[in-house]
Amino acid sequence: MSNATAAQGDPVLRLSGITKRFGALVANDGITLDLARGEVIALLGENGAGKTTLMNILFGHYSADEGSVEVFGRTLPPGQPGAALKAGVGMVHQHFTLADNMTVLDNILLGTEPLWQLGLGRGRARARVAALSHDFGLEVDPDAAIAALSVGERQRVEILKALYRDAKILILDEPTAVLTPQETDALFDTLRRAVALGLSVIFISHKLHEVMAISSRVLVLRHGRLVGTVPTAETDRHKLAEMMVGAEITPPAPSKATPGAPLLVLDHVSTAPQGQRPGLQDVSLSLRARQITGLAGVSGNGQAALADLLSGLSVPEQGRLEISGEGVSSWSPRAAIAAGIGRIPEDRHRTGTIADFTLTENAILETYSQDPTSHHGWMDWRGAQKRAEEIITQYDIRCPGPQTRIRLLSGGNMQKLILGRVLEEHPRVIVANQPVRGLDIGAVTYVQNQLLKARDAGAAVLLISEDLDEILILSDVIHVISEGRLSPPFARGTMKPADLGQWMAGQGFEHAA
Amino acid sequence: MRLEAIPNPTLGRSLGLPALALAATFFVGGFLAMLAGANPLLTFGLILQGAAGSKFALLETLNRATPLIFTGLAVAVAFRAKLWNIGAEAQLYAGALVTILIGTKLALPGAVLIPLMGLGALLAGGIVLLGPVLLKTRLGVDEVVTTLLFNFIMLLLISMLLEGPLKDPMGMGWPKSEAIPRDARLPRLVEGLRLHWGFGIAILSALVVWVIQTRTTLGYEIRAVGLNAEAARFAGIPVGAVMVKTALLSGGLAALAGYSEVAGLKGNLTLDLSPGFGYTGIVVAMLALLNPLGVIVSAIFVAGIFVGADGMSRAAEVPTYIADILLATALLFMVLAILLTKFRVLRG
Repeated sequence: MSNATAAQGDPVLRLSGITKRFGALVANDGITLDLARGEVIALLGENGAGKTTLMNILFGHYSADEGSVEVFGRTLPPGQPGAALKAGVGMVHQHFTLADNMTVLDNILLGTEPLWQLGLGRGRARARVAALSHDFGLEVDPDAAIAALSVGERQRVEILKALYRDAKILILDEPTAVLTPQETDALFDTLRRAVALGLSVIFISHKLHEVMAISSRVLVLRHGRLVGTVPTAETDRHKLAEMMVGAEITPPAPSKATPGAPLLVLDHVSTAPQGQRPGLQDVSLSLRARQITGLAGVSGNGQAALADLLSGLSVPEQGRLEISGEGVSSWSPRAAIAAGIGRIPEDRHRTGTIADFTLTENAILETYSQDPTSHHGWMDWRGAQKRAEEIITQYDIRCPGPQTRIRLLSGGNMQKLILGRVLEEHPRVIVANQPVRGLDIGAVTYVQNQLLKARDAGAAVLLISEDLDEILILSDVIHVISEGRLSPPFARGTMKPADLGQWMAGQGFEHAA
Repeated sequence: MRLEAIPNPTLGRSLGLPALALAATFFVGGFLAMLAGANPLLTFGLILQGAAGSKFALLETLNRATPLIFTGLAVAVAFRAKLWNIGAEAQLYAGALVTILIGTKLALPGAVLIPLMGLGALLAGGIVLLGPVLLKTRLGVDEVVTTLLFNFIMLLLISMLLEGPLKDPMGMGWPKSEAIPRDARLPRLVEGLRLHWGFGIAILSALVVWVIQTRTTLGYEIRAVGLNAEAARFAGIPVGAVMVKTALLSGGLAALAGYSEVAGLKGNLTLDLSPGFGYTGIVVAMLALLNPLGVIVSAIFVAGIFVGADGMSRAAEVPTYIADILLATALLFMVLAILLTKFRVLRG
């Protein structure tokens, strides 16, 4: 990158020998890191490698057991987020920290001005936000309520918040996990402008092509240790992946499958819109046995409406929902499960699991009312635990045991439990909504292979994803969804990403209808 | 100052901190007793003596604990499902009202009336809570407000009835109801002592609630809904139905407090039947960490402080208000102790 030469002189940030232990777990083990002015470094590592812990130490959310943090040559007092902020470090978290019911401008100003001055100086603040928006390419309406913004726009507000506080060092924790390809490109554009203006960026990710695209140096973490630092120009995705996992990776390669009979059919179905999110509009869809149907689309275009409908959370306003050739009369999550639909929800923390339940209790969430986990209203905890243990072994879930609360597990292990819970029921239809979002490479491959296995065993799989690459690799047939409308099916290999992009942008539906 | 979660608190931490909270409570109480001009150790000695110093005192404490076990259970059951039932007082009076109606209006033998009054009360309490819960599940009306307001509605309704149709003609003009017949009263637990079967039913109820919570699918559903209603709904748990069942159980338990007070102790219905048992039930449930078996212990503890403070006040001339202060401080310190078992405080 062009800033490779700018990355000289004293480091703006230096972490030396950072060690942090949580009980027996060493989350960070003697990590040393330098960041130069006008440089983007990528921090790469699987989930649980210690990336987030390290950044929390830098930002003062945790205090390190050993080591020190220096910003612009001055050592920060440990464990004080205020000090890091003041020194010019801004952090954009994976989960946003915005007040939904307030406007963009209020959120940016919140905490920067004494209470009694709020309202005064707003004009000046507004002008400054507008200037920052313009300089960094962060278009967002300052008077819009956060609740009305898309995920990509919310992230822009988070970045503006940091810039407004004069951050010279931006830390972005998995910033693209929630973004569409288009939004990711816009974010990268912003980051390039930022480094051109002399800011420094730490980009935390486990997506290799993004790391390759944006960073000038890559630091790879594994099991809490820094296993390597390489200039981005001198490495490639394959080498990075190996460093990250410590072993070779083979992406899934689906074989050709002959689709069977349609198992689930939507016949001209429309659903009511949910607040800001569109409902389905006259959608006809056929999910066939031994076939993966990919659903591509920009976030918030009706994917949730379709997933909710098939999960039993909502009912068609118009049109028919047929399962194995029969129309359904009463429709609920329980009816969907009984009809053989396995559901992998979009949000595994909020919808897929109950954080304070144990693995056992989570494993039986959909089947607790049946043998062998209960008999006539009485729980059989031994039967429940046995089932959990089976899933743990079979799906290789890393955990201290079935009595562990699931909140202590990593996202990948959590997803494996959900996958096991669903697949062990041998569903005929699988609705997988963003099944690999936020997972590390190892877990991604695992989940994708399990879906392929289920397909080969005869299940009809609907794969909803905002990752076009994933859709293109796994799907036998692809639909694009835009504003609640569904495109015609495209067979594998007949569409290029650019063509699908046109449909994602809402073009072509007029003629198709 | 910041909090850091402790994934697996040690046994010492989970037992030591609540014990420390109790010690701190008595330290604060002792300081207040000193302000009132009494010797703190003597004050606590007298409270202990008044609560458990004699057979009579102990039985009085258990008698006082009986309605608190019921209301404590009612709150514990509801709070588990994140159903904020602040209306145990209303449900208690609903139970008392139905007990009086059945006991005084139906000419049946006592052996029939006793279970009938209990069932009637159970249902009445459940139905009283059902209204706010349906408003919550159907229309999203905050149940904290509705259940709280129901307390006043119910008290005014009883007041109206006691001045009108239910007024005892032989009551010398006092607003009280007729008494239920002698043979329809709950029998003494031990012959010759004041403790009645209401206490036995309370202990039994706690055991039943414990079994429901830990051994039945309903208990599993209630916990799932309480911890994450969205995930519960997605998994196919009928959240609305679970809320309704929880309401019936919680309201019914609170109503049994009214039943037990009327049929076991007072015999008739007056407006001072409950000195806030419904509200104190919240303290009892919180001190017990919502554990139904813990409710028995915490109800006896709370009752002991009230009963003991009465006796102490006569002897040491420290106002009985100290009982309320002790309970309030105990609750505050206990909440703090619970927080500190789950989180570690970091400076900076």
